[in-house]
Amino acid sequence: MSTQSTSFSSQPPAHANSLRQQPDSRGHFGIFGGRFVAETLMPLVLDLEREYRAAQNDPAFAAEFDDLLSHYVGRPSPLYYAERLTDELRKDAPAGKGAQIWFKRDELNHTGAHKINNCIGQILLARRMGKTRIIAETGAGQHGVATATVCARFGLPCVIYMGARDMERQQPNVFRMKLLGAEVIGVESGARTLKDAMNEALRDWVANVHDTFYIIGTAAGPHPYPELVRDFQSVIGKEARAQLLERTGRLPDLLVAAIGGGSNAIGLFHPFLDDPSVKMLGVEAAGHGLDKEHAASLAGGSPGILHGNRTYLLQDEDGQIDEAHSISAGLDYPGIGPEHAWLRDIGRVDYTSATDKDALDAFQLLCRTEGIIPALEPAHAIAAVTKVALEMDRDAIIVANLCGRGDKDIFTVAEALGTQI
Amino acid sequence: MSRFAAAFTKPHAALVTFVTAGDGHTAAILDALVAGGADVIELGMPFTDPMADGPAIQAANLRSFAAGTKTADIFAIAKGFRARHPDIPLVLMGYANPMTRRGADWFAAACQDAGVDGVICVDIPFEEDDSLGPALRAAGVDQIRLATPTTDVARLPAVLDGAGGFLYYVSVAGITGLQQAAQASIEEAVARLRAQTALPIAVGFGVRTPDQAAQIARVADGVVVGSALVEIVAQHGADAPRHIETFTRSLAAAIHGAKEIAA
Repeated sequence: MSTQSTSFSSQPPAHANSLRQQPDSRGHFGIFGGRFVAETLMPLVLDLEREYRAAQNDPAFAAEFDDLLSHYVGRPSPLYYAERLTDELRKDAPAGKGAQIWFKRDELNHTGAHKINNCIGQILLARRMGKTRIIAETGAGQHGVATATVCARFGLPCVIYMGARDMERQQPNVFRMKLLGAEVIGVESGARTLKDAMNEALRDWVANVHDTFYIIGTAAGPHPYPELVRDFQSVIGKEARAQLLERTGRLPDLLVAAIGGGSNAIGLFHPFLDDPSVKMLGVEAAGHGLDKEHAASLAGGSPGILHGNRTYLLQDEDGQIDEAHSISAGLDYPGIGPEHAWLRDIGRVDYTSATDKDALDAFQLLCRTEGIIPALEPAHAIAAVTKVALEMDRDAIIVANLCGRGDKDIFTVAEALGTQI
Repeated sequence: MSRFAAAFTKPHAALVTFVTAGDGHTAAILDALVAGGADVIELGMPFTDPMADGPAIQAANLRSFAAGTKTADIFAIAKGFRARHPDIPLVLMGYANPMTRRGADWFAAACQDAGVDGVICVDIPFEEDDSLGPALRAAGVDQIRLATPTTDVARLPAVLDGAGGFLYYVSVAGITGLQQAAQASIEEAVARLRAQTALPIAVGFGVRTPDQAAQIARVADGVVVGSALVEIVAQHGADAPRHIETFTRSLAAAIHGAKEIAA
């Protein structure tokens, strides 16, 4: 396929009523998004926006981004028809039902997840801004590993904030980050997970604004982060669109992706938003169940303000943030990117959820039918696929984002299955 | 004359004190602050995710939640304070989500009803003012804005637009309770701010001792002390009010005497 379709600069033209023109000039997606940060950070956030606009208009920036994605990350990632999984699900489908399941294989990227796409883009911005120190938060550790990787690649010092509980359940990624030269700081506050890591990263940033660039890992935070993370991750959807057209001559009927903050999902969805025939399904983490502890902010939350943006949050009646729970550390966050909040409210994207158990079942199903060990994050998407595929015609096409590989999760899965490694 | 105007037209700089609502026996602690000579009270609204706060105030928030503090309790504390101290300005300080959860109008009305004079919201810069500012102004509650070392000359007029009460100069780029700014940088900043606003200027972040406070009081209209007080609450628990009053008295003596020393 042509490398042009992966280009950062090759956005399809947007028409007047396009859904791809968000956010507005203040960073708002409808009522969501915005820039809810301390005054100390505001000038920096405005600098970042200026620099991002300049980068968008700089062919050299796009060329460097595309070159690194091709030769360092290994893009384009394959689009794979999962024939055995499709056949397996058809066994339980009514006559004529059982859609074709295709996977966008972003788990084959360097570092094993989609997170690297965004990190490449942001570290190039950091260099343009003359910043000499990088910080990031991480949940599952995939964003931390991706950030540590690009910092090693560009020779910049790197500090990763990670909830102490997440460090326990993602030991392999902690070690990877250290091997890559990052300093990993365990965060002991709150539930000691992703939300608390983000608080601590913000505290670091506000104290080191002069030299530090904060590489946010998901399509959330103050404007322009939700926009720029989406743009860097949109390579996923742009590739998938071109690849499926080339292979089948058609657009997909349904896109499916897991959602924590929502960066892999918005990256897949965004290039298709103006294709009315393409339905989209985001899958939140229902944890132990939506009536128990979970991480599904759209299903169980309400609009509020946290970490720089207005979006759906798990919170109590006083606006105190609830602790999220998911077996997947990468989905264990009580909020969601603001563009998803908007897409849900306007009805363009449907959102559902999958429990820890659903994800574990889907994880094992994919291992056995396709020889692919998925991360627990996309296992949530696969769990949803196993349900909706049965309701769709056999000639319908589902593209699901396999946004990460499961090597990091084998200890968690073994524990959940009661197996000693 | 508003309570703020009265507090900032005394012949000396104002001592502005911060404690977290619901951490310890707050009513007794507030009374101790007033007895010790505090001129303005900032009452912190605890939040689960206080990303601009250092370890001392983070811990105070957790203690407050452990004691079961709800938003209704904070307004009850404010109301009680207003009844006991009709003349001391009272400010609520906190984060956007607890303030806007029931709607900005609800919050502004609750402030007005409880006799709260001003509100400091850490994470609503002027760019997002419509989330809270108009409701506060309509209810006659002053919105106290923050200026920081990163607030440049170009931003300052917008920061000041709609601001009331006093201007809070955050003297270090960082979180509460840790570093202390160099005196020279504070003096330079206060002079720069004074050229652009008639509002009184209070300086805070990292002010821990009477000596530091006195130095700042020579150039600013107010000095904010928070984490050092919150640490006393942490250390002394039920016995905190007595220690708070003693420490406040030492701060007040230093601040209130500072201008004469300078002269």
